[in-house]
Amino acid sequence: MAKIDSKNDYQEPSTRLDDSPDWTFEKLDLYHQKIKRVAQSYGLQTYPNQIEVITSEQMMDAYSSVGMPIGYNHWSYGKKYIQTKQSYSRGQMGLAYEIVINSNPCIAYLMEENTMTMQALVIAHACYGHNSFFKNNYLFTTWTDADSIIDYLVFAKTFISDCEQKHGVEAVENILDSCHALMNVGVDRYKRPSKISIVEEHQRQKAREEYLQSQVNDLWRTVPKSNQEDTLVKKRFPSEPQENVLYFFEKNAPLLKPWQREVIRIVRKIAQYFYPQKQTQVMNEGWATFWHYTILNTLYDNGTVSDKFMLEFLHHHTNVINQPAYNSPHYSGINPYALGFSMFIDIRRICETPTEEDKRWFPDIAGSDWLETLHFACKNFKDESFISQYLSPHLMREMKLFSVKDDSDKDYIDVQAIHNEQGYQTIRESLAKQYNLSNIEPNIQVFNVEVDGDRSITLRYYPHQKIELADSLQEMLRHLHRLWQFEVILEQVDDVGKVTVIARCPEVADS
Amino acid sequence: MAHFIDRRLNGKNKSSVNRQRFIRRHKRQIKQAVSDAITQRSVSDVITGESISIPSKDLTEPFFHQGKGGVRERVHPGNDQFQSGDKINRPPPESPADGAGDGEASDSGEGNDEFEFQISRDEYLDILFEDLALPNLQQREIANIVETKVVRAGYTSVGLPNNINIVRSLRNSLSRRIAMSGSKRKELRALELRLQCLNGQQAPSNEEMTQLKIDIDHLKALIAKVPFIDDFDLQFNNFAKQPCPSSRAVMFCLMDVSGSMDQGTKEIAKRFYILLYLFLSRTYKTIDVIYIRHHTQAKEVDEHEFFYSQETGGTIVSSALKLMHQIQQQRYPDSQWNIYAAQASDGDNWADDTPTCHEILRRDILPVTRYFSYIEITNRAHQSLWDSYQKLVDSHPRFAIKHIEQVADIYPVFRELFKKQVS
Repeated sequence: MAKIDSKNDYQEPSTRLDDSPDWTFEKLDLYHQKIKRVAQSYGLQTYPNQIEVITSEQMMDAYSSVGMPIGYNHWSYGKKYIQTKQSYSRGQMGLAYEIVINSNPCIAYLMEENTMTMQALVIAHACYGHNSFFKNNYLFTTWTDADSIIDYLVFAKTFISDCEQKHGVEAVENILDSCHALMNVGVDRYKRPSKISIVEEHQRQKAREEYLQSQVNDLWRTVPKSNQEDTLVKKRFPSEPQENVLYFFEKNAPLLKPWQREVIRIVRKIAQYFYPQKQTQVMNEGWATFWHYTILNTLYDNGTVSDKFMLEFLHHHTNVINQPAYNSPHYSGINPYALGFSMFIDIRRICETPTEEDKRWFPDIAGSDWLETLHFACKNFKDESFISQYLSPHLMREMKLFSVKDDSDKDYIDVQAIHNEQGYQTIRESLAKQYNLSNIEPNIQVFNVEVDGDRSITLRYYPHQKIELADSLQEMLRHLHRLWQFEVILEQVDDVGKVTVIARCPEVADS
Repeated sequence: MAHFIDRRLNGKNKSSVNRQRFIRRHKRQIKQAVSDAITQRSVSDVITGESISIPSKDLTEPFFHQGKGGVRERVHPGNDQFQSGDKINRPPPESPADGAGDGEASDSGEGNDEFEFQISRDEYLDILFEDLALPNLQQREIANIVETKVVRAGYTSVGLPNNINIVRSLRNSLSRRIAMSGSKRKELRALELRLQCLNGQQAPSNEEMTQLKIDIDHLKALIAKVPFIDDFDLQFNNFAKQPCPSSRAVMFCLMDVSGSMDQGTKEIAKRFYILLYLFLSRTYKTIDVIYIRHHTQAKEVDEHEFFYSQETGGTIVSSALKLMHQIQQQRYPDSQWNIYAAQASDGDNWADDTPTCHEILRRDILPVTRYFSYIEITNRAHQSLWDSYQKLVDSHPRFAIKHIEQVADIYPVFRELFKKQVS
């Protein structure tokens, strides 16, 4: 339906929109309607949009609370705010043009200082690009619940401020500090979370409190068991290693009070909510950038926006997708906007005008309907799989990609592959790996708890490619110890299976 | 359908709680920076906020992340010279080959040694004077209350006509009228109904009608006699006088300006006065400052002359104390003013004068002042003045003396003088 409507619309000469730089709410609405129509004609499915105009100060507020519209209070957000404000006022950094929140309705922030062109860019980018990605990508649909996130954040904020009232700011802050430190090891990577509403959340929180405590009491029952059982089999607890350390602590830490377990849960939930965003940075930004580019060009082609508008837009757009070379002083890794944008453009090219090479590399999509292919890609991949599926030799040549191997045992760095026939496959694999979070984030698992002994807990670190843990180690163990309250031991298992203790807390003097 | 919402008018200080949390948490470091600042920066800008910098290693939020070493593969753009199989010498650690693109690594704040930020004047003063309290504030407040202010205190049934509360009075009047005429109205309604019935009949009995009319008229007259307003109804706004502590303070600055006091010593004294002034300004709305300088004679002067004019000659401290007492008696009755005094000197005094000082302080000044602090700025041994003041300290809790040797001592000494007393 929408498709036909919009087609009709665009055949008649379109009225040119006012291109003066200042925006008004009427103009925003006009532009938004045009953008919306184009977006629908491309079949973008979105949550309803809620567009909020805010000041730069408010933008910094939103920034420092990691984009959450409602957040509980914590000093680290204050620190981020001060940092942001400081570097903004010194002109060291510009603010992001927009922030968009994965919720239903999808909340997008526009900054009041932006020109009309910028606002149009942001509307196309956030309200149709990101929004449709949130609604369609499999990671977001299975792992996050856009309908309930705002409710949950409100619940979290109230719960934590209630705790502060009851138990004091400091006690809550200590728990939060430790949880924040362990956020990275507080996500389920393989299990699928269930969705519940706010009302259930409240009821279940109460029930959980009582139940958990009873469980823990049972686990740590002090009545000694008969000796016979002990000698039979020494069972490990947990029977399988656990990757979600925070979850394990929430359920099993011996001395935590019910409210502390709930705080752990809140941090864990929020970490889980943001986890898909970490996994789809390239795709998400690439998708949004591709769509603001495509939508605004369509508007230009049918005469809705002027040359003047377009020049300003292209200026911003090229800034966003700028990719400095490896030897440039501005180089700081691969720009996810640039990589993602180029890949989506490249997929469209492969569909529309495939070369012989493309036909060899992408028999499935060469010559297919580009819109369908793009939507498929958006739905079913994350960064790692997206790159290993769609990075084409053409793009590798264009970006002049090369892969280097840095082995700390050798005193030189090895150039493994460059953008030639022999190298394409290697580069593609190695770039894909670069976005695999399980390679980047340390693999730490709960291995054993001395249930019948001194209640110490043992965690195991499995190094990826012999990369050791950073020095924050000892401090991290103190955080673990704060939650567990008995001895915490961290072991490292190297690639031949040799186990060494790399840290313990409380520290024991070597003798 | 999209909604546009204008949030610009919403409060912008959403993060202010978080900011306070941050300051609370790093109080120790911030305090250190603040107390460094008070000794370092110039006297005149003590009113403004302060730029605080604390070591960023104290601020890091740790998390498990990969360290150095191991085998890493990375893809970079913009190849201009390499062929596969090339061996490159390892670049220095910050090169792109090392952890580039890892957005998380920057969170640990490495690379910046100092975390610098601004605190406002209020935050600055709060931190500067944290844990400090004005001594003897409570006892005196109750003992010496003279000022009062008028506050509302509900309603009364007696009062002056200009305080009549019309709404309440009329409300009483209405309810009284309803109450007093209720039964008669009921009767009246019944009679009227009866009359109506009779009127409707074919052959009304004249006799009964006449009787009814008479009764009705009688009842109406009775109802009309209920007075519209009565003394009993009247309500007056009530006011009460509430004693309130005086919010005015006067601060006497006494300083020896004889030849032995050099400019450096005066600067030290000045800083002490400024601290005292800032501190008092947190408690009192209005503060008068009286500058009294003395050598052999005392004189009330303005601020500039106080600090910067040079005099020579001997020293008679009692002259300043006398003048202070005189001014206080004339202009600042202790019933209306909170009196504070700070005396600075290098300890010199004409030996015969010392007992007089002791006596004036004991008899005239200490009974009326909230706090009298004496600081002696000298590197030499104490002289007779210190010894004689020392005798007063034990018997007078409102009197304190301290010894300062250099600029850096001021703030600690000040803190000690105004330390919150736990009792």
